[in-house]
Amino acid sequence: MANNKFSSGLMLSLRQLRRSPLMIVVHLSVLFLVILWTFPTAGLLISSFRDKDQLAVSGWWQSLSSSEQNIIGRTSAPDQQVLLDGKYVLSGTIEGFALQDTILRFGWTSKQPEAYQVNTIASMKNAGTLTVSSDGQYTMTSLVPFTGSRGKRVFYTQLTSPKFTLDNYVEVLNSEGIGQSFINSLTVTIPATIIPILIAAFAAYALSWMRLPGRGLLIALVVGLLVVPLQMSLIPLLQLYNTIGSYFGVSAKTYFGIWLAHTGFGLPLAIYLLRNYIAGLPKEIIESARVDGANDFEIFVKIILPLSFPALASFAIFQFLWVWNDLLVATVFLGNGEHELVLTGRLRELLGSRGGNWEILTASAFVSIAVPLTVFFTLQRYLVRGLLSGSVK
Amino acid sequence: MEQLFYSLLVMLLGVLSCVFYFVGSNWLLLLIYPVKHVSNVKMAQNIRRAAAIRPWLFLGPALFFLILYLVYPVFDSVYLSLHGRNGEEFVGLANYEWLFQDNEFLESLTNNILWLLIVPALSTFFGLIIAALTDRIRWGDFAKSLIFMPMAISFIGASIIWKFVYDYRAEGSDQIGLLNALVEYFGGTPQAWITLPFWNDIFLMVILIWIQTGFAMVILSAALRGIPEETVEAAVLDGANGFQIFFKILIPQIWTSIAVVWTTITILVLKVFDIVLAMTNGQWDTQVLANMMFDWMFRGGGDFGRGAAIAVIIMIAVIPVMIWNVRQANAQMEGR
Amino acid sequence: MVSSTGLTLKNIKKSYGKTDVLHGIDLEIALGEFIVFVGPSGCGKSTLLRMIAGLEEITSGDLFIEGAHVNDLPAAMRGIAMVFQSYALYPHMTVYDNMAFAMRIAKEDKATIDQRVNSAAEMLQLTDYLYRLPKALSGGQRQRVAIGRAIVRNPKVFLFDEPLSNLDASLRVQTRIEIANLKETMKQTTMIYVTHDQVEAMTLADRIVVLSAGNIEQVGTPLELYSKPANLFVAQFIGSPAMNIFTVKVLQTGKVTRIKTQNKNVFDIPISSAAQIKEQTITIGVRPEDFCLADKESCMLSGEIVFIESLGEVTLLHLNSSESTDPLVVKLPGIINKQKGEMICLKTELDKTHLFDEQGISLLYQV
Repeated sequence: MANNKFSSGLMLSLRQLRRSPLMIVVHLSVLFLVILWTFPTAGLLISSFRDKDQLAVSGWWQSLSSSEQNIIGRTSAPDQQVLLDGKYVLSGTIEGFALQDTILRFGWTSKQPEAYQVNTIASMKNAGTLTVSSDGQYTMTSLVPFTGSRGKRVFYTQLTSPKFTLDNYVEVLNSEGIGQSFINSLTVTIPATIIPILIAAFAAYALSWMRLPGRGLLIALVVGLLVVPLQMSLIPLLQLYNTIGSYFGVSAKTYFGIWLAHTGFGLPLAIYLLRNYIAGLPKEIIESARVDGANDFEIFVKIILPLSFPALASFAIFQFLWVWNDLLVATVFLGNGEHELVLTGRLRELLGSRGGNWEILTASAFVSIAVPLTVFFTLQRYLVRGLLSGSVK
Repeated sequence: MEQLFYSLLVMLLGVLSCVFYFVGSNWLLLLIYPVKHVSNVKMAQNIRRAAAIRPWLFLGPALFFLILYLVYPVFDSVYLSLHGRNGEEFVGLANYEWLFQDNEFLESLTNNILWLLIVPALSTFFGLIIAALTDRIRWGDFAKSLIFMPMAISFIGASIIWKFVYDYRAEGSDQIGLLNALVEYFGGTPQAWITLPFWNDIFLMVILIWIQTGFAMVILSAALRGIPEETVEAAVLDGANGFQIFFKILIPQIWTSIAVVWTTITILVLKVFDIVLAMTNGQWDTQVLANMMFDWMFRGGGDFGRGAAIAVIIMIAVIPVMIWNVRQANAQMEGR
Repeated sequence: MVSSTGLTLKNIKKSYGKTDVLHGIDLEIALGEFIVFVGPSGCGKSTLLRMIAGLEEITSGDLFIEGAHVNDLPAAMRGIAMVFQSYALYPHMTVYDNMAFAMRIAKEDKATIDQRVNSAAEMLQLTDYLYRLPKALSGGQRQRVAIGRAIVRNPKVFLFDEPLSNLDASLRVQTRIEIANLKETMKQTTMIYVTHDQVEAMTLADRIVVLSAGNIEQVGTPLELYSKPANLFVAQFIGSPAMNIFTVKVLQTGKVTRIKTQNKNVFDIPISSAAQIKEQTITIGVRPEDFCLADKESCMLSGEIVFIESLGEVTLLHLNSSESTDPLVVKLPGIINKQKGEMICLKTELDKTHLFDEQGISLLYQV
């Protein structure tokens, strides 16, 4: 609505602009910026579905075009050879060749792996020959019998057609521990999102509508705490947790501890956001409820909570994204055992141990960002609203 | 899976205990100060007393958490920064003295200043440009949604995304990183970007700018839309052109919003940690304060004194913004 | 306890810190009376209403509702109901739930709630809308829900805080009639109504309380206020356009007051006056509608037309006259064929004029 209002205001000047070349420039620059902002993520997403061998040799933007690949295949084993016209012959399809690909060139030594075009005859030592056709069929002949237990090596260059696969996901979810970490992340995130909401809502109501000495001071405290860097809290709390842990003879790094930590760290924003909203509710509605005989508790539960749903949703999304995406708090306050390491922590670990394996990294990263992206795209409205009321103006 | 049920159970328990606390304390309050079946005078007195106590019941849990998790640590960190590695022996300002002759710290400080100068400025700049451009086109909301998207991505996830963009293969083989591929396409020489001192800082900053531009865009776009259309119309009638309208009419009216965006991103930059940890872990001259602090918490079994000292430095840097925020909030409340 | 007084206000004061908003209000309101508080904005009328409601603390003084001292009672226990300017409907509750809210808080049984809500809904023609949310209703319907919500509580005192100011003009007239009807059906309920609109005040009130700067200026029936304003403030506040005033000199006092205007015209006003105001400068007021055109012989006052407003059923003439520094306004019935710049003559019946002493107090109210 506001948008229409504003653009109609610009209409006077834009009416001339709209059909002018300047408008095309606007369209093009926005398009350029959108591409700039989305391509990195798109690259990650596309790469995570690519075959890992292709991923390692070509850029994701080439993923739809075929690529040339040098491959070493083998013929079938010598015990398959047949004697034909005085020659020993091995023939069939090259082992390891995928039928949808096309062979361009081949060779029989590692020095000259692509010396021959397909369907030409390469002469080998001992008057042997080798011919390979583009569909992977080969014929290898020799005057002396083939020996050994394994097939002979055939070098070929093939045109690989693009391959997309879910293998990377299967792998990271099972053997790289991403699946377990996903569950760990959920375990951290759900309680750490819900618990602060109620606590903050009550506080926000008290700071908005209840008679309270020092109310302004308390609000200033909340606003001040909004920007206190987490770094200040890490060491004192780690010490505190260690003390408490050793006192009770339990680990200092527990889910319980991290839930409380996230609750504490999330509260300033929660209170600030909700207070802004609740203080903006019409005064007369609250007075009306008071005339109707409701006490503060009833007003809060029956009037404020239902009316504050948009603000509660905004904060829930914020806190969810923040906790899900957090690495620092999780690293300090939660262990890194199999049943504790969260997704961000796992990604960090993979970056160290599997730094070059992009099929692992891309798929893992995408698993970790899939949930927040879903939340983002479905609940963007509340997120925007929250941002607008949550920044100190 | 089992632990997920456990967590849902805990969540339920947590919520229930919150409810129990609030309902229970309210019930207790009404029990101590009954309002029914008492004389009018007594009732009035009880209602007043209950109303004086109830706000503190409402605030209680929140205050407990705020004080334990944020207020107390600030003081404790200052205390620890004046003590040795285990927080036991008093060392005075030794940790700070050490800091200011430590090369890594000075490097972090320089880098942080660089981050502070570049990231908020560019994020705000791009945010403003995008907000202004997208307001004028029909698919603007869609474009904004896409540019806003990185906000939802974790710093570590973003680091992987960009590490992939910056990926380097030796010259001659196909580049799979977008940046090097482009460089090669335009005839340049591919580089291992994140190991190039100075420039690698910029490449790390790009990640944060990429994430934060969406935030700036959302706030500034709303601010632009909040400008009364009459002011624009009046300027048009006065003969101002598009650029004059933008710089002389629109920008001055959204000045506070720009300040809000700037300070918010500034605070974030001071705390930046995950990106550096994931991309370089402070190697190749990219160290920043937050990562260095994290490092010292655990380095060689952890030096809490030095770690706390770095945290205090970060805190000191935040204080001006904090004061500004509190002032703004107070002014806003008085306006109500 | 049966009492014939609805409300008693004894020396009620309100101050915020050092600022005094109300300076000691004394007022007696009979049971079932419809009282309207009027006054310019900032006069304290809404504050007074909110103090009666229990939404503002009473700084000092005593408030009795039907004989009971209620200063310290919370709003809900004073037996009052209030209709707010913005209606203050609970947006997340249906019309039914809105009306039932207070009774549910008071833990009334279901059958009673149902019966009371339904009868109120019937009375206000809301039966078809009981299960809608407020946002699905028109302004007038919302207004009626707000009234209904107050009715079901069966209050001793019914408070209205500018209830019509959010309605458009035609709906305002209609709702005013509805409120007047409500007054008829709820004879035992004392009603207090705050407005800045004098038409509402004149049409609805049994008695009007005119407030200004935290003081009561006059209490009286609408006609009393119109025909016998106690002071200059009331005289100029009630009636539209406002009463014209002239400064004159008193020549002679007694049963009839002889005055001399600035143009040295002398009139005998049939209002008695005390001897001590002789030779003093006082004020005479004439309502715009009390003037009529005169010929040269009967001319009391002449002036030049500077502006004409033709409203159809009446015509307003704005005049410059040497008798007064301020422009005069004259309200004449029908359409008047006069031009701007023309000089006209006016006369009035002297017994319809008002005299105010140097302090602005009406001579009628002086002993």
